Amino acid sequence: MAPTARPTVAQPLSPHLQIYRWTWTMAMSVFHRITGTALYGGTALVAIWLLALASGPVAYSYVAGFFGSVIGRLILFVYTWILMHHMLGGLRHFAWDFGIGFDREKRLAMSRLTLIGSVALTLVIWAVALLVR
Amino acid sequence: MAKEKIRQDTSVSIRTPRARVRGLGVAHHGVSHWWLQRVTALTNTVLMLAFVVIIANMAGRDYAGAVHIVANPFVAIILILALLSVTLHMRIGMQVIIEDYVHAQATKIAAVLANNVYAVLVAVACLYAVLRIGFGQPA
Repeated sequence: MAPTARPTVAQPLSPHLQIYRWTWTMAMSVFHRITGTALYGGTALVAIWLLALASGPVAYSYVAGFFGSVIGRLILFVYTWILMHHMLGGLRHFAWDFGIGFDREKRLAMSRLTLIGSVALTLVIWAVALLVR
Repeated sequence: MAKEKIRQDTSVSIRTPRARVRGLGVAHHGVSHWWLQRVTALTNTVLMLAFVVIIANMAGRDYAGAVHIVANPFVAIILILALLSVTLHMRIGMQVIIEDYVHAQATKIAAVLANNVYAVLVAVACLYAVLRIGFGQPA
C-alpha cells in the first residue's frame, strides 16, 4: 500500500507553564532552583571575603567595610534567608526520597513550612547574632 | 547477539544481569550525580549551619580577631569541608539546570565547562585562603 501524503495541519501545542494555576509545590520547586542559583553566585562573595582575609588588613578592611554597610548587611540578610530556604527545600526532597509526604495535605504543609520556616530561621539567626554580639 | 546471549547466561558468566547494568545507563555513570547531590546536601546542612555560626562570630571583629578565628584548626577544617561540600553540590546542581534549559549543543557544552571552571575557581580560591590564614602567613 502506497503511503498517503499527510495533510499539513497546525498541530496543537502542549500548554506551557504560564497556562497552569500556580500551586505551592510548583512555586517552591521553582524557588528551590532560583535560591540554588543565587547561592551559586554567592559563593564568589565567600571567596572574596576569605581571599581578603588572607591578603592582609588593608584588603580586609575594604571587604569588611562593605559587608558592614547597609547594602552589605542587606545582602547578608537575604543570603541567610536564601540559604535557609534552600536547606529546608532540600530537607523536603529528602522526605520525598524516603517516600514520605506525597499526599496532598503533607506536601502542601511541607511547601508552606519551607517558606515560613526559612523566614523564622533567618530571623532567629540574626536575632541571636545581634544579641550575642 | 551471540556474545550478548553468553553474557546473559549466568552459567557462562558469574556476573548477573543486574550487576552488569548497575551504575551505568545512558550517561555511563548511572545515578552517581543524583547520589552525590544527596550526600553533599546532607553534609551541607551540617557544615553550613556551622559556617553561619562562624560568620556570625566574626561579624564586627577587627582583622586580628577575624584571622584568629579562621586560623583555629577546628574552624579551618570546618570551613574547608564546607567549601568542598558546597562547591561539589553547586557544580552538579548548576549542571542539571543547564542541561534542563540549554538545548543547543555548543552552548550547552560551553555552559557546563564554564560551570566547572567557576566551581573549581571558587573551591581553589577558598582553600588557598583558608590554608594561608591557617598556616599563619597572611601578607
